[in-house]
Amino acid sequence: MKLFENILLLSLIVCALSVAFARDLMTSIIIFMSYSLVMCIIWMILQSPDLAITEAAVGAGVTSILFFLTLKKIRAVRKEDDSEQEEG
Amino acid sequence: MNVSLLQHLAMNIEETASIILFGIGFTILLLHPNLVKKIMGMNIMDTATYLFLAAKGYITGRAVPIVVDGVQDVEAYINPVPSGLVLTGIVVSVSTTALMLALVVRLYERYHSLDLDEILILAKEEEEQI
Amino acid sequence: MSRKRDNYDTSRWKRFKSWLDGETDLLEHGMEAHEAVMRSQDPVVMPVHGEGKEILKAKEIWRFKRFYKVMSVLLCLGVILVLLWTVASLPITGDAANPDNNEVVARYIERGLQETGAVNIVTGMILDYRAFDTFGESCVLFIGSCCVLLLLRLDGNSKHEELEKLVAETNDRHYEPKDDIILQKCSCVLVPVILIFGIYIVLNGHLSPGGGFSGGAVLGSGLILYQNAFGYERMGKLFTEKVYKRTTLCALTFYCLAKSYSFFTGANHLESGIPLGTPGAILSSGLILPLNICVGLVVACTMYTFYTLFRKGGM
Repeated sequence: MKLFENILLLSLIVCALSVAFARDLMTSIIIFMSYSLVMCIIWMILQSPDLAITEAAVGAGVTSILFFLTLKKIRAVRKEDDSEQEEG
Repeated sequence: MNVSLLQHLAMNIEETASIILFGIGFTILLLHPNLVKKIMGMNIMDTATYLFLAAKGYITGRAVPIVVDGVQDVEAYINPVPSGLVLTGIVVSVSTTALMLALVVRLYERYHSLDLDEILILAKEEEEQI
Repeated sequence: MSRKRDNYDTSRWKRFKSWLDGETDLLEHGMEAHEAVMRSQDPVVMPVHGEGKEILKAKEIWRFKRFYKVMSVLLCLGVILVLLWTVASLPITGDAANPDNNEVVARYIERGLQETGAVNIVTGMILDYRAFDTFGESCVLFIGSCCVLLLLRLDGNSKHEELEKLVAETNDRHYEPKDDIILQKCSCVLVPVILIFGIYIVLNGHLSPGGGFSGGAVLGSGLILYQNAFGYERMGKLFTEKVYKRTTLCALTFYCLAKSYSFFTGANHLESGIPLGTPGAILSSGLILPLNICVGLVVACTMYTFYTLFRKGGM
């Protein structure tokens, strides 16, 4: 169990580093989602299921949805710009 | 001295990992130019703090603080206080994230850029024009 | 001898009355918002650095950036090293003799079931012993959603903004297929299950892991999925801005009043008249079940509101 926990902690660090170095924003959001899920398993191991269930619903669900929506809004503005440039 | 320091860090593996995560988040927050990435770094810092707190409340070999079969012995359950603190913290972190993302959307609508340095230069020039 | 009140026009009462009636603004010169500077509607364009002065400026900015980077790397390394050094001198994780396992924890575990009636000690703690903490937390959620509303709201005051709204709506549409049959059929199966699971988590907060916060988040994501599949028209029948305001306000007010009553009677050693019930039954543990429902409603509404505000800037 200790080994499993160590592997999970290591993967948390790897996830955090790859959030920093991912080129695409979409990729880093999805990596962040998986970071939250790994965190949720670690909380299960640390005997706090309340935290695990909240993190699964909030961290992996709602936060990622908010990030996706921001990205979508930004892309919409960018696309508008492009079409204006094409017209003008 | 040095060896015992490392051994101690290895025994406190959760805390060590949470400090490293905190450092990574802090570095992203300070050094990455992209605003959305900065918010992610902030979130990583959040979860690192929660991991630290939850690890402090953990006691080896004890169970979840849910009373089973009427056993109400301190020896049977882990520390419930950090769980309560972190539970409220997680939900607040969502609302701060939403607020920051809304600010980012407004900034992007105004300056058409996600780069903080660019936004600062543009804002300064705008001020000078007025 | 009483002073004659002939200067009614300048008296404080008159000023207060006129402020109440909305005739004058007492904060006129102090806190009034500045008139918005007319900004050009075109996006600001990056100027081309070409002149001598501009080059100097660019060099300065570049030098500052370099300095900032070096200093932040040093700061980060310093913070990590100091924190790691602190961790190395902390007591070992998982030891029962750690100083944070003190008499407070012992009290919560030994007497929690009798005093709060909740089987789940964490829920008993956050909704009974520390209930006002959770109340402030729900208020933080409400204030957060209000701030996002201020930032992202599209109001049709001026013509330009109406135009923008139209553009935003059309943009929203042409990114996704409308009435996607696969999504609709899947969510027909999934949404009831998700909603029932969320309600189960909320109602069983005092018996099993979960409670208002996690159950509310699950409920909110169920609502988001439903909205995604069926669009705003069908969601608008169920959930409008009015419904959001009323639900949140009622839940927060009920929470505040109920817990104030319970704390007041508890502090004055009065009989509160709230039955604790048998531990383990669904209708037990006094106020925890209704408070859980309140928190769940606030969280679910807030999550869904965040989503709609980000999607279309309104409800």
